[in-house]
Amino acid sequence: MSRLGNLGARLYRGEVGYDFIGKRKIWYGVSILITITAILGLAVSGLNMGIEFKGGAVFTTDTKAKVSVSQAQEDAATASGHEAIVQELGNGGLRIQITEVDTQKADQIKAQLSEDLGIPEAKINADLVGPSWGEQIANKAWAGLGIFMVLVVVYLAIAFEWRMAVAALIALIHDITITVGVYALVGFEVTPGTVIGLLTILGYSLYDTVVVFDSLKEGTKGITKQTRWTYSEIANRSINGTLVRSINTTVVALLPVAGLLFIGGGVLGAGMLNDISLSLFVGLAAGAYSSIFIATPLVADLKEREPQIKALKKRILAKRAAAAAKGESVEDERDDRDDLDGDYDEDTQHAGAVVGQRRQTGGHGRTPRNRR
Amino acid sequence: MAAPKKGRGSTGGQGRPGRALVLILIAMVALTGGMFLSGHTTPRLGIDLAGGTSITLKAKSQPGKPDAINETNMNTAVSIIERRVNGLGVSEAEVQTQGASNIIVNIPKGTNSAQAREQVGTTAQLYFRPVLTVTGGEPTPEGSASPSASGSGKASATPSAKATDPETASDPKTTPSASATTQGRAVTDGLKKDETPTPSASTSGAPASSDAPAATGKPDPATAALEKKFTALDCTDPAARAKAGDGVKPEEPTVACGSEGDAKYLLGPAEVSGTDVDDAKAQFDQQRGIWLVSMEFTDKGSKKFQTITKKLSSQQSPQNQFAISLDGEVVSAPQVNETLSGSAEISGSFTQQSAEDLANVLSYGALPLSFSEDTVTTVTAALGGEQLEAGLIAGAIGLALVVIYLVAYYRGLALIALLSLLASGILTYTIMALLGPAIGFALNLPAVCGAIVAIGITADSFIVYFERIRDEIREGRTLRPAVERAWPRARRTILVSDFVSFLAAAVLFLVTVGKVQGFAFTLGLTTLLDVVVVFLFTKPVMTLMARTKFFGSGHPWSGLDPKRLGAKPPLRRSRRVTARTDHPKEA
Repeated sequence: MSRLGNLGARLYRGEVGYDFIGKRKIWYGVSILITITAILGLAVSGLNMGIEFKGGAVFTTDTKAKVSVSQAQEDAATASGHEAIVQELGNGGLRIQITEVDTQKADQIKAQLSEDLGIPEAKINADLVGPSWGEQIANKAWAGLGIFMVLVVVYLAIAFEWRMAVAALIALIHDITITVGVYALVGFEVTPGTVIGLLTILGYSLYDTVVVFDSLKEGTKGITKQTRWTYSEIANRSINGTLVRSINTTVVALLPVAGLLFIGGGVLGAGMLNDISLSLFVGLAAGAYSSIFIATPLVADLKEREPQIKALKKRILAKRAAAAAKGESVEDERDDRDDLDGDYDEDTQHAGAVVGQRRQTGGHGRTPRNRR
Repeated sequence: MAAPKKGRGSTGGQGRPGRALVLILIAMVALTGGMFLSGHTTPRLGIDLAGGTSITLKAKSQPGKPDAINETNMNTAVSIIERRVNGLGVSEAEVQTQGASNIIVNIPKGTNSAQAREQVGTTAQLYFRPVLTVTGGEPTPEGSASPSASGSGKASATPSAKATDPETASDPKTTPSASATTQGRAVTDGLKKDETPTPSASTSGAPASSDAPAATGKPDPATAALEKKFTALDCTDPAARAKAGDGVKPEEPTVACGSEGDAKYLLGPAEVSGTDVDDAKAQFDQQRGIWLVSMEFTDKGSKKFQTITKKLSSQQSPQNQFAISLDGEVVSAPQVNETLSGSAEISGSFTQQSAEDLANVLSYGALPLSFSEDTVTTVTAALGGEQLEAGLIAGAIGLALVVIYLVAYYRGLALIALLSLLASGILTYTIMALLGPAIGFALNLPAVCGAIVAIGITADSFIVYFERIRDEIREGRTLRPAVERAWPRARRTILVSDFVSFLAAAVLFLVTVGKVQGFAFTLGLTTLLDVVVVFLFTKPVMTLMARTKFFGSGHPWSGLDPKRLGAKPPLRRSRRVTARTDHPKEA
């Protein structure tokens, strides 16, 4: 803990930190590359849709069948007249998947299979899905996605500001694209469980982003009344300040999901647990990445276009140039800043204004180290 | 929205953490007590965890009737499916609408799910058909003849003999009423004759069927087949009863069973269909002190009804009866004594329930919706148990990993996080257990997943708060003020992020169907409980703990050791970065 704790402290004070904003172009590039790969993957290999979306039947047996997997595959293919995918599960049971059969036909197949495999019908689990069901699920998921995005943008625009809403939305789309892309490239099967996981990412990805924005909003209160830092610099501090929390949150969120993934994949072989946790796992990782590397830098970019903030940056840069020319010592400045902070602490509402004036009279620049 | 209305101020909580704790303890005790009192100590399990069959039906849109799929129709469809499924002896089947056009039917394990599916999937079709012959429900009527009341007297929805007394008949609206006695006699009469010709004789002799091509006196092959079917029909067998009317077109004569299986009918072509009924209501007749069912016909239906009743009223029993057949089963077969139109009343020995049932049946028929089976999931009890076990193990593993991480990183503070998780767990569990009987909430696999994912969301709130407290300590504050100063900012962040999370859950719940809904529900519930726990439990406990020596003095194992956190002495002045307005504005 101590090392991490110290790191937290140093991150908090801005003694160490990574220049997320300054290097944003690199990360934008990385994200664009990933996104393009994802879209390409989607276009080339497409998604491997589960039977819930195509219609069909999945039969699972509880007990070990008398026949081998390949024999079961043949039996299923003969019984259905369609190709069957047969997997062996962790408990020795079989999972037989047949696409494009309707629910009536599936009953006959089930009876036939029960005979062939030597397992009583009552011991066969069946999941029969009509072809329109998947479409319905998918449509509703899209509708949900759309409604959620609109609501979130409105909410963030009110609670924060429109720039943050836009940045959050872009980060969200980014996360979903990456997750879908991973599914297309790896060829994981897409089931309603996947959709559930994907939709949950929405909330979680934003959850992370919102925490960083919250800190950013506080940090930039009264920003135009000081001439010490540019918006981007404060934004960078906000990211670094909440970095420990972001890492902790992501780890804590991923741990139970990892538990699910392990149990779902390792013990049950396949199924809902596995599907949800897999998409959550991919999405959570993407979400943690995007709130730090994409969302906040985007806000900074958008903000820096605002005339006020632009002017501020100009003033600050000019002042720094002047300070550098005078060759003022870093230490002086730091002491001075501590004094100011002391006062700042006691004042509350108008602190920004007071500090701003004093700073102008003080006329100091920033230490390069603290600027981060 | 971030500023919470009910939250205490930054220092307000310091003085009375006990009150909040008492409040949440009372809530926990009340919920736990309620859980034990109600006898539902475990959450109701969904089909995928308990085993059974779950069917999702989707209403098909009807050409020319764009508004057919509406809430009323869906609800009536739910009631009729419920009746059908429960009529099979499935007592715990549950039928509910989901979304705008879906109906979920859950049939617990141990029932004949194949038969249930057959019942569930079909469309509710209501027809008024003239009765050609009626006998008891046995396949070979001879010898079984106990026709007196068995014909329809037992069928709750079927008008009984009483209804034919003069008093009833003098009712201005003139009640079409069946007489079991007459019916029985007719059967007996039929039995006296040669068994086989009976149906054909009555078929050909009935003017009611004069416009039916299949029944024109000369028994053609179709009629003969029908007769054979009628003779063989065994209405005492529920499966045969359900199948009796399968695949029959309304314009053809058919055989049908009484819904109780104690009478079987040979019926003429449908004269009036359910769509001709405008409305049906169960009414209590004050004067006679009996329940009856009144129907209103549409204009077209009224004319049709007039024609058929005119024809029927001139017939001899049993041909003066018309059968109300729903999905191929005769629900009621009242006798017609005179020409009727516009509206009609059916009286009999109705109870309130049976009158309402029949009224519902008549209304359903008037609003037919046909459904397609979208998903059918059959889960054996063994797999259900396995899935539940896997979910619980996954949850335990996830929780254990989170605990290990929290202890490693936050040390003593992890204790508070664990207690909070425990409080959250107790609340979630008791509420889920109580929601089972209250709103029919059933814990399914996605819901278990939601609960496991929620561990992360709940733990995150503590992390936000703990990190804030540590930040304050890094500023050089001692623990007690740090705990209070950190709270307003942590509270804000927690509320904002929980709101977003809840919004996602709410949208998912409202928009989606099926399994997604169970997940969204759990996620939303746990997010709400997270706010409750952080406000009423974590914060007060933190305040109390700050007063202890262990935490207050920053013991190395407390997770709040200023040295380890890198707080810089001297502590009089905080060193902070200017533009960060680190202290609470709400203060």
